[in-house]
Amino acid sequence: MSGLQRAGAAIVGAAESDLGHVAEGLNPIDLMAQGIARALDDCGLALRDVDGLLCATTQSRTSGLSLSEYLGISPSYIDTTILGGSSFMFQVGHALAAIQLGLCRVAVIAYGSTQRSVGRRQASVREINPYETPYRPFLPSTAYALAASRHMHQYGTTREQLAAVAVAARQWALLNPVAWEKKPLTIAEVLGARMVSYPFTVRDICLVTDGGGAIVLTAPERAKGLKKPPVFVLGCGSAITHVNISSMPDLTVTGALQSGQEAYAMAGLAATDIDVVELYDAFTINTILFLEDLGFARKAKAAALSKMDTSPPVAGCRSIPMAAASPIAIPACTASSS
Amino acid sequence: MDQSPLAVYQAHLDKGELAYQWSPEAGRAVFYPRLVCPYSGSTALEWRVASGLGTVYATTVTHPAQGAPYNVALIDCDEGFRLMSRVEDIDPMVVKIGMRVRIRVHRPGGEEPAYPVFVRVEGAP
Repeated sequence: MSGLQRAGAAIVGAAESDLGHVAEGLNPIDLMAQGIARALDDCGLALRDVDGLLCATTQSRTSGLSLSEYLGISPSYIDTTILGGSSFMFQVGHALAAIQLGLCRVAVIAYGSTQRSVGRRQASVREINPYETPYRPFLPSTAYALAASRHMHQYGTTREQLAAVAVAARQWALLNPVAWEKKPLTIAEVLGARMVSYPFTVRDICLVTDGGGAIVLTAPERAKGLKKPPVFVLGCGSAITHVNISSMPDLTVTGALQSGQEAYAMAGLAATDIDVVELYDAFTINTILFLEDLGFARKAKAAALSKMDTSPPVAGCRSIPMAAASPIAIPACTASSS
Repeated sequence: MDQSPLAVYQAHLDKGELAYQWSPEAGRAVFYPRLVCPYSGSTALEWRVASGLGTVYATTVTHPAQGAPYNVALIDCDEGFRLMSRVEDIDPMVVKIGMRVRIRVHRPGGEEPAYPVFVRVEGAP
């Protein structure tokens, strides 16, 4: 994202909506609005200050309109980029650009999902692909399982090493009062759980929960004097590789390789400078691939790293919220399949 | 445009052939079939029929809530394109990366169109 200014905007507020299994009748727009209200309260800004709105969900066709109407605002900048789970990371870059260009002064990025309440099939309707659908891939699990098969083949990665990622994530969850699963998890339990798509059991795969949240971004001068110290966005990068797994050029290399390099270059930092890493762990292979592609481990070494270091704090597993963790934030985003 | 890329592809399958596109400008195969070459931007794409031979690039066994587990694989065809498919006639867990495979056109019958599956090439790795 060349053209963006290092520290051109700051994250000043962050909050989660209700999580887990939310009250019956709540919809994704409710959860986005709740997250925004809490995030604004977190920084001391008000809804009337918000003139940039960024959001994404698979459960509303025109979420930008729905959320604006719900909140009673008419933002000068709206962005509903949908690129899967990384949508909100892309939107950090877009918010930075909008603030830098004066398209808005206070931007909120919001997410909401009721996928546990309504079920995955309802929450995320699959498009029919005549070149893949006949083979009944269970998406996204089957796609990531294919990637794991390549990693195991090329680097000797084991199911135990994959399982260690889930175990470490659970150890973080035990520290989180609003986590969904509150029981310790062992590698044997991951391996012995119901098989979904080899090598993944259900415990290699993220939980399906309702949830949402929001962050508030503003220009550096506006960020001063709010409730909490601002967290400046030092760098961000973005890359897309594919949507269908059969079109991914190399199943062991994610878009994070490119987006990470861009983010580091913008920030003027390297992997060795980073103290806190939060990586998407939707499938155990993801965390390993991202550790490698973002420069925290060489290919073939990340799996061993996760095996060795399953107790917090380990890079690559859920940690404390970014805004509270560090005075810097480097979103690196990657859009890919499924 | 009389026939969509999908219709041409399907017509070849109905004859027992796996068709793919060739981009003269890019000098390489294109799959899935489309109107614009993703490597060159050219709309001049030629149809070719594949030999039907390929190599397993990635493989998994998907376990449905009901019914038997089944293979899902990515196959690198010898002509330089990759597609999703499955390897049949052997235990899905025995399907291995690098295994040589050959096409078989599967005809599910009814309204469901024919699609390519693969079987192991005897005597090959």
